[in-house]
Amino acid sequence: MGDQLSALTTVFTEFYYWVTVVLMFLIHIGFCMYEVGASRRRNHIHTLMKNTMLIPLVTITFFFFGWWIYWALPNGPWLFEGKGLILDGATGATQFGPASEKMGTNLGDRLTGVFWAAFLLFSWTVASIVSGSLIERVRSGAFWIIAVMIGSVTWIIDAAWGWHFDGWMVKLLGYHDAYASGVIHAIGGGTALGVLIVLGPRLGRFAADGTPRDFVPHNPWLVTIGLFLIYTGFWGFYAACNVPIISPATIAGQITGETWTATTIYLTPTTLSAITVNFIMSLSGGLLVGYLVSKGNPFWTYSGGLAGIITASAGNDLYHPIQALVIGGIGIYVAYKLHYWVERRFKIDDAVGAVAVHGYAGFLGVVITGFMLWGYPSSPFEGYAAINPLGNFIGAIIMFFVLGFVPGYAMAKFLNSFGLLRVPRQVELMGLDFRTLHDEQQAREDVRNFEKALA
Amino acid sequence: MTTWAVDLANVGAVYPWIGYELIMVLVAVALWILWHVLQLRHENEELAEDIRLYGDKESIRKALDEHPH
Repeated sequence: MGDQLSALTTVFTEFYYWVTVVLMFLIHIGFCMYEVGASRRRNHIHTLMKNTMLIPLVTITFFFFGWWIYWALPNGPWLFEGKGLILDGATGATQFGPASEKMGTNLGDRLTGVFWAAFLLFSWTVASIVSGSLIERVRSGAFWIIAVMIGSVTWIIDAAWGWHFDGWMVKLLGYHDAYASGVIHAIGGGTALGVLIVLGPRLGRFAADGTPRDFVPHNPWLVTIGLFLIYTGFWGFYAACNVPIISPATIAGQITGETWTATTIYLTPTTLSAITVNFIMSLSGGLLVGYLVSKGNPFWTYSGGLAGIITASAGNDLYHPIQALVIGGIGIYVAYKLHYWVERRFKIDDAVGAVAVHGYAGFLGVVITGFMLWGYPSSPFEGYAAINPLGNFIGAIIMFFVLGFVPGYAMAKFLNSFGLLRVPRQVELMGLDFRTLHDEQQAREDVRNFEKALA
Repeated sequence: MTTWAVDLANVGAVYPWIGYELIMVLVAVALWILWHVLQLRHENEELAEDIRLYGDKESIRKALDEHPH
């Protein structure tokens, strides 16, 4: 901040991330509205509180250890190159731990806080993806433990591995996932699937012969507005995934010349302009195909837009807009077909289609990027593998299964063994809000009776 | 901080209790774990009370009639 240019660059970057954080808050509002709208009326207070309270729980745990994990673990599970945990140096984890002076009000560091907050909002999102699929039968206490697991541990491990300029998956596999098809969405969908298998379907969701029954959302308009808000927040999410302005000298890689640029999280060049066009085109591809494949079903049309963006996200830093459009369309087609096949075949009750829209579309998006960007450099630094289909396929497996499905299944099994995972049968039948609604009704009657007595 | 008559280039952390960060973190972590313990205990009690008060067949059927959606 010693001269005007560095001061402007720093304060612009600080303000840029702050704006993305505010925009991304809309994702959470959208998820809440969507879930509440999709639930039945007798469960909507429980549904709302379940998603709302992940905000403080993931926030404090991300402060305690999530952010530290991101900076400590890029060397990966077998401690890549024998370097072990990255604790010291310019990007070492010690300075990003909860007891570091950088985490408080610090006039010498104006970026750590907003960068932390941007990552935190990703953490809320990934936990919220799981939340929707479990509605109307999961216990809140169990969900909040699962939310801490994915929001402050597993997803941030995958980010350290595959969404970090120094991550082992980028170096060794050439893994590329610019806007988080895998690192947020595939892991979210994979975790949800693991939990759903243990949790089981809502009572009555499947007939005796296995035919699924339709649980109609109690408020389709709330669902609609919720999904619109998720789209809106997604703009902020895309912007937050970029470094807004950086010089080649600061990157200190192979880029030559003096031209400053925006970059992805890998410090590879892109433009805000390009990702804006590709975002809209992939949204459009998803909406167009979602409408057709679902025969105009509004839920799947809106979800199609989301799945379209998610499928194209891994490569939307570099795609042509037409490519983003087509990939978005392919994503929802595959996600829609897989959702119903899995539902019928395995009796999985994914209440909001999160496994499909986030998990299958995210997985597919990572795989497609491996082919589409085959041969592109994964990093501006020397010695990194180039982007390739096998590297991204292995990466997709790691995101969906290794860090998503397996921990989700294991945690659900653990909670279930203590009887903590699912609400009792009687409570599920009467509705999770029954006592609240019953008490409110009685309070109203008390007041009315008193008023009648006064008349 | 006792004065702002400083060159900001030489100023870093300015929050109270500098040097006690680890203690603050440990207290906060303990409170977080306690929150989960209390919440799960409270949830167990609530669910048991729901079943005790309204868990019989007749009450559940009545509840479904009152709140069908």
